Amino acid sequence: MKSSLHRFITVLLMMAFFVAGCAQPKPTASPTPTAPSAAAAPTAAEKVGAPYKIGFLAAITGGNAFLGVPERDAALMLQKEFDAQGGIVGPDGVRHPVQILIHDTESKGDVAITVAKKLINDDKVIALVGPTGSPVAMALIPVVQEAGVPLVTMVSSHATVTPIAERKWIFKVAASNIHTAPWQVKYAKAKGLTKIANLYVNNAYGEDGAQAIRQTAQQEGLQIVLEETFDAADTDMTAQITRIKASDAQAVLVTAVPPAAAIFTKQYRELGVQLPLLHNSGVAMKPFIDLAGVENVEGVLFPMGKLVAANALPDSDPQKAVLLKFIADYEAFTKNPVSTFAGHAWDAIQIIARVAQTLPDGLPIEEQRSRLRDGIENLKGFVGVDGIFNFSPEDHVGLSTKDVVLVRITNGTWEYYPEDKW
Amino acid sequence: MSLAPRFWKEKTRRNAYGLLFLGAFVALLPAWLHTPYALSTMVLIGIDTLITVGLCLLMGYAGQISLGQAAFFGLGAYGSAILTTRFGWSPWLGLIGAAVCTAGVAYLIGIPVFRLSGHYLAMGTLAFGSIVHIALTEWKAYTGGPTGLPGIPRFSLAGVPLKSDLAYYYFVWAIALGGILIALNLVNSRFGRALRAIRDSQPAAESVGVDAGRYKLQALVISALYASVAGSLYAHYLIFVNPQISSLDASIRVLLMAAVGGLASIWGAPFGAAMVTLLTLGLREIVPRISGYGSGEHQIIAYGILLVVIMLFMPQGVTVAAAHAWDRLGGWPALRKRLPRVRRFR
Amino acid sequence: MPSFQPQDYVQLFVSGLSTGAIYVLIALGLITIYNVTGVINLAQGEFVMLGAMLAVALVRLHLPLALSALGAVLAVALLGGLVHRLTILPARQAPDVALIIITIGTAIAIRGAALFIWGTMPRSLPEFSPGAPIAVWGAVLSRQRVWIMGTAAAVLLLLYLFFEHTLLGKAVRACSINRQAAELIGVDARVMGTLAYALGAALSAIGGIVIAPLTLVSYDMGLMLGLKGFVVAIMGSLTRAPAAVIGGLLLGVLEAFISGLWASGFKDGIAFLVLFVLLLVRTVPWQDLWRRPA
Repeated sequence: MKSSLHRFITVLLMMAFFVAGCAQPKPTASPTPTAPSAAAAPTAAEKVGAPYKIGFLAAITGGNAFLGVPERDAALMLQKEFDAQGGIVGPDGVRHPVQILIHDTESKGDVAITVAKKLINDDKVIALVGPTGSPVAMALIPVVQEAGVPLVTMVSSHATVTPIAERKWIFKVAASNIHTAPWQVKYAKAKGLTKIANLYVNNAYGEDGAQAIRQTAQQEGLQIVLEETFDAADTDMTAQITRIKASDAQAVLVTAVPPAAAIFTKQYRELGVQLPLLHNSGVAMKPFIDLAGVENVEGVLFPMGKLVAANALPDSDPQKAVLLKFIADYEAFTKNPVSTFAGHAWDAIQIIARVAQTLPDGLPIEEQRSRLRDGIENLKGFVGVDGIFNFSPEDHVGLSTKDVVLVRITNGTWEYYPEDKW
Repeated sequence: MSLAPRFWKEKTRRNAYGLLFLGAFVALLPAWLHTPYALSTMVLIGIDTLITVGLCLLMGYAGQISLGQAAFFGLGAYGSAILTTRFGWSPWLGLIGAAVCTAGVAYLIGIPVFRLSGHYLAMGTLAFGSIVHIALTEWKAYTGGPTGLPGIPRFSLAGVPLKSDLAYYYFVWAIALGGILIALNLVNSRFGRALRAIRDSQPAAESVGVDAGRYKLQALVISALYASVAGSLYAHYLIFVNPQISSLDASIRVLLMAAVGGLASIWGAPFGAAMVTLLTLGLREIVPRISGYGSGEHQIIAYGILLVVIMLFMPQGVTVAAAHAWDRLGGWPALRKRLPRVRRFR
Repeated sequence: MPSFQPQDYVQLFVSGLSTGAIYVLIALGLITIYNVTGVINLAQGEFVMLGAMLAVALVRLHLPLALSALGAVLAVALLGGLVHRLTILPARQAPDVALIIITIGTAIAIRGAALFIWGTMPRSLPEFSPGAPIAVWGAVLSRQRVWIMGTAAAVLLLLYLFFEHTLLGKAVRACSINRQAAELIGVDARVMGTLAYALGAALSAIGGIVIAPLTLVSYDMGLMLGLKGFVVAIMGSLTRAPAAVIGGLLLGVLEAFISGLWASGFKDGIAFLVLFVLLLVRTVPWQDLWRRPA
């Protein structure tokens, strides 16, 4: 029976070749860094050091693609900018090109972990950005903590940066639910609505938002008369909405992202519920309006960063210039309307780049990562899209409720809704 | 149930050589593929091999279709995760505990389910698999809900935690090879013959005194054990589990791996696992270049087409079909004829 | 805790009925196919998704809604027939296991193709008759739900007329009752099989189109719907339409009430529990109560 053994060997060898060939995923759509262009050619005396690699994990496909695609687009935009200016220059005058290695997590925790390990071990990135969505971020935290690599997340869940003792390497650029939920609650209180319904999607993001609402409601003296959950993939929320109608809630506060948030809003209006509907920053994207239907989102309120209010800000506001430039650049690059999530990606990469500028050349990778982490932790006064960041060893988010504003959807567009209009 | 192999039989000797060869291949592969990513791919292939071997025993040899195999995988993974994180058990005890629980569940489910046959059996296993999937998603107090359970501790061998991909690679493949050895023994024993008799004709088997119900149940429990151990290994490798590992899509993936390797072929299992994994990786490279939507779950279209094609044209598995094609093209002799003759020095 | 008024119960009942109507449509497709070919088509849910997706695609090409819906149904029917010819007929002699795997493979291939062509972003179909919801005994019924129930009822009527009063329908029925006898009198069983597949696919497509304005359309919407349709078909022991109709409506209402009065996370689990119980009940030898196909 020699032939079967030969078959065995043949197939085994085929397998091995296959593995060698295919087991090296390349990053998706990351343009190779070109030599510095004429716009910023290095001077003759300038030395060019090893490139700084930043791993970028986003949900380009899967349930969170709505959030992940704008994030990826912002990363591509920044890669182009870095290429044009030739990278960043260290304190010793050495120029380092910047490579943003973009990978798709498919909105899945296990894919994110596998890709992150590859970026950490094989590509030797100095930091990771991402992933999209609180659930996947929670999965990544133990891996990153163990490997000792700074991770700048773009998610709202405050649980990613607390308890701080176990989150040494984790930072966050998106306003936490503890910064956005108070806006939902304060509006209800200002309107004299003391009984609220607390709805949330049953994953880490929703639970974090619901918890923030509970805490704020207790502080402000509002009563939560009903709590409901739904699945991120649910398509029928009639049951929950019926229960809302049967309760004595006067306002409905929701923590969810599209598509579930859009379906909920659509069915909410169809079932004829007139109570004020306050969403969380998860719906800060134009597709939410399209999916739910323009007539159904009229009057919906939600908190988000000052991106929407850029034009209405006084000129003295330090964020105004940064916001206007970001909006202009992003819309020119992608031909799409701007999105908060793109803003998160922009902030994350810019913060890493800003701190990387302080790294001298020639450090071993562990030292680079460690110093980068220390640098971010002590960064103060960074003016970003999401707000003005002031990190500290106790606070790895660096934002406050002052960086968030309330938005009203009027006639299918976002309208900045400052307190004097309530 | 006699498990003792009769060593001097031809088949047993062949199996032993094959095992040695595979073992040597696995041991030496890291010399060539040593990047952590390649190693982690091989670790996952090893885990998939275990669960596929279990399904082969159940479907190929006992002839019982199971569309819910991933449920046992999920129970093993979550069992290990919960026992080690919430109850502080050591990973080894957790693995055994999870395996015992999973085997128990399999036994309880098997009693009613194996009274069904054909389509109804398939649907029964599918329903069971979906119920487990939903339970793991909704029972948040213990399972962490749809988000999953992070922070699972790692295995330790003699006090040293298995952290590096290389160490875990050897660990997993040692267990996988052990699993193949046990399965081969089972298949060549009286137990295996009884299973095949039941598969070919249950009434005929029963007429010669084979207690079909008992053997089918044992096959189910054994396949569940394989899946459970695989699940525990997975949990302690990724240090994270989420309910998706027990979904219908996961069960279909196991089915595909078994089908590619040949449903009734234990040796086909590692090939099936490897081929499906590599196909997935390959597609992740190619598809973004064609479709505008980036990478993602596109591999499922290939899974679907592959399943249909295999069932229609290669029911014995891709390796056997490939080997037949190779033979028809002339095989090794034809290749030797084409190579230049080597003159020997005298 | 919410206090339920009578109209809330009506609300749950009515929305449960409309969901159940969809399950009935899918189950009828399954039963038609099983009756004639003996195959359980696990790809039924994907035909639902395809119907909805194609309708959306046609609407985006600026076709009027009615024409898009019709076009989508016809296209899916054609595809159903094609699936039969390509994947089922060649496997005539294969064991049951192989057939089940083949239909599963077809299902995920279709799902993958939809992902490839249309991506992951959900899409929406405009409501058939936009307007304010209708008040029914204190509950609120969106117009689309009325459409769903009306369409299901109309389809049932058409099916009845087809099978009872047309020659073709009777030929299909003959094939399902006794294939050999039918072939003896000149009915080509293979053509009937293709026809049954086309009809079954069309039924699913109708279900998908009519529910699309309510729940958004995405490439993975078919899985759950197909499985639930299957549960309902089992309620009719895969062969009897009237039992499936009642069973489907019951399942819809049961889901609505359990998720309304208790917890919604387990909504999908209800169908599987029902399935499990039904299958177990089968194992009790009540042979005479279940009429098997010949």
